[in-house]
Amino acid sequence: MSKLFMFEKPLGMRDTLPLLYEVKKRIRHAMTNEIEKWGYQFIETPTLEYYETVGAASAILDQQLFKLLDQQGHTLVLRPDMTAPIARLAASRLYEDGNPLRLAYNANVFRAQQREGGRPAEFEQIGVECIGDGTIAADAEVISLMIAALEQAGLKRFTVAIGHIGYVNALFLDVLGNEERANVLRRFLYEKNYVGYREHVKSLPLSSIDKQRLLKLLELRGDETTIIEAREQIDTEAGAKAIVELEQLCEHLRLYGVIDCIKIDLNLISHMNYYTGILFEVYAENVGFPLGNGGRYDELLAKFERKAPATGFGIRVDRLIEALGEPGEEKNIHCIIFSQERFSEAVQLANERRRKGERVVLQHISGINDIDACTKQYSDITYLIGSAGKDE
Amino acid sequence: MITIAMPKGRIFEEAVELLRKAEYRLPPEFEESRKLIIDVPEEEMRFILAKPMDVVTYVEHGVADLGIAGKDVMLEEERDVYEILDLKISKCHLAVAGLPNGKVNGVAPRVATKYPNVASSYFREQGEQVEIIKLNGSIELAPLIGLADRIVDIVSTGRTLKENGLVELERIAEITSRLIVNPVSYRMKDTKIDEMMERLSRVIGDE
Repeated sequence: MSKLFMFEKPLGMRDTLPLLYEVKKRIRHAMTNEIEKWGYQFIETPTLEYYETVGAASAILDQQLFKLLDQQGHTLVLRPDMTAPIARLAASRLYEDGNPLRLAYNANVFRAQQREGGRPAEFEQIGVECIGDGTIAADAEVISLMIAALEQAGLKRFTVAIGHIGYVNALFLDVLGNEERANVLRRFLYEKNYVGYREHVKSLPLSSIDKQRLLKLLELRGDETTIIEAREQIDTEAGAKAIVELEQLCEHLRLYGVIDCIKIDLNLISHMNYYTGILFEVYAENVGFPLGNGGRYDELLAKFERKAPATGFGIRVDRLIEALGEPGEEKNIHCIIFSQERFSEAVQLANERRRKGERVVLQHISGINDIDACTKQYSDITYLIGSAGKDE
Repeated sequence: MITIAMPKGRIFEEAVELLRKAEYRLPPEFEESRKLIIDVPEEEMRFILAKPMDVVTYVEHGVADLGIAGKDVMLEEERDVYEILDLKISKCHLAVAGLPNGKVNGVAPRVATKYPNVASSYFREQGEQVEIIKLNGSIELAPLIGLADRIVDIVSTGRTLKENGLVELERIAEITSRLIVNPVSYRMKDTKIDEMMERLSRVIGDE
């Protein structure tokens, strides 16, 4: 390895400068405020977790985990998401009486990048987990809350695509008969390889009607009427259950008043074998990656030895900022430049203004190197220089 | 407005022909232009011209909504994009080639290629450990002057192999060009993309 230059950072690690910090702070405040209003309680979990527990349970691919060893030789991971740590915490401590838990977080998560730049390896996520509630009302609440929080952050135009993995699984099982064959097709969907999916379906020893049902899945996207089309493709119990759940969900979302930014997308698969029911992704114009995603993951808590249904969402703050496209405005900072003899007056003035909530810099004149460059960064300046009573 | 990343070179002309057949009104001087960005306002389309290997990158990052990329590039780059249609143009295949009766170095067999990921996973699946040497072109040279025992490359007519005294040893995958879509565009601009897919499928036919 070549010698590092002193300015270098590991791949994908970024600094946050004041302007961006202010934008992040505003978004964080707007979103967490809204989340609190829905009764979710914020928690923090450690940055480091065990690879064997949280690392293995996480939906994030193994090659994206940052791993290190502790003194005892256990493999640790920098948390790649917040869902797995919260599942650990809920399963081991908080989820006791079987009643729903509503937890929220805003935290940095870490995912190693192997490719070129353009993707941060550490980024802030804001999200919620609703644990212990298996009703469609919980799915609808989580989606509506996500939409409300995005609106509070100032996002105007966005789309939430909603799918149901239960529908996909039911269709595959009905047509193909076993999990192994279903998994092959699921992987094509997961890899977004629709050409491969179609070719594989055509090569299967199935009736043309069954083939058509599998091919039709790729077209099951659009508005609510998609659900009606989807119902025609399947009549097994599991399939019917998924359809009813989607209908109920839409009904709930209509009552929440958010149905307009929803699209139904039955070929949506976010992770292999992670989500268990309704799942969703949110997109904005002019950002090439989803802003966030979520869904029902009823099997995760069982990995931490406590069975419980759960659903949640996570929004990536970095991508949300890109979608908002706001340059960030300079904060007004007042600067008092003083000389030693008027220090007590300067302190008094600063305290007074700070009490009013203003941002005030107190700067000794002798500490300044270039007065013009120095004053340029502040919105206004008070000079307290020379003997008292003689302002410049 | 929809942005399409087009591969410069061999695939470009076939792709343009296909779009014209699908009744997209592209200006006549489209092919001759040396511009990298070509707007076609009457179709609300913008074309960007990129290296074939880079098309997938533009589309994955979402600076292009759609792209036309060879399956070879898709296999090599494994980008997170939707592969929605086989355009059935620029047909060729990925193959292993080498000298006839050429000996394979038993200790550390070497394979030269423009496709290190494809080559590496292919040989692993075959249960053979090889060392990969990445080259950027004229791959056929490698076995001739002893840089590698075998090569992995795309073969269309087989003429280049033949003229250089090489033979195809194994076939890895059939290659054609694909229509690819950025995951966000696929959901946000679904009507336009579905329409394009339909128009194109109609002219491609089902074999």
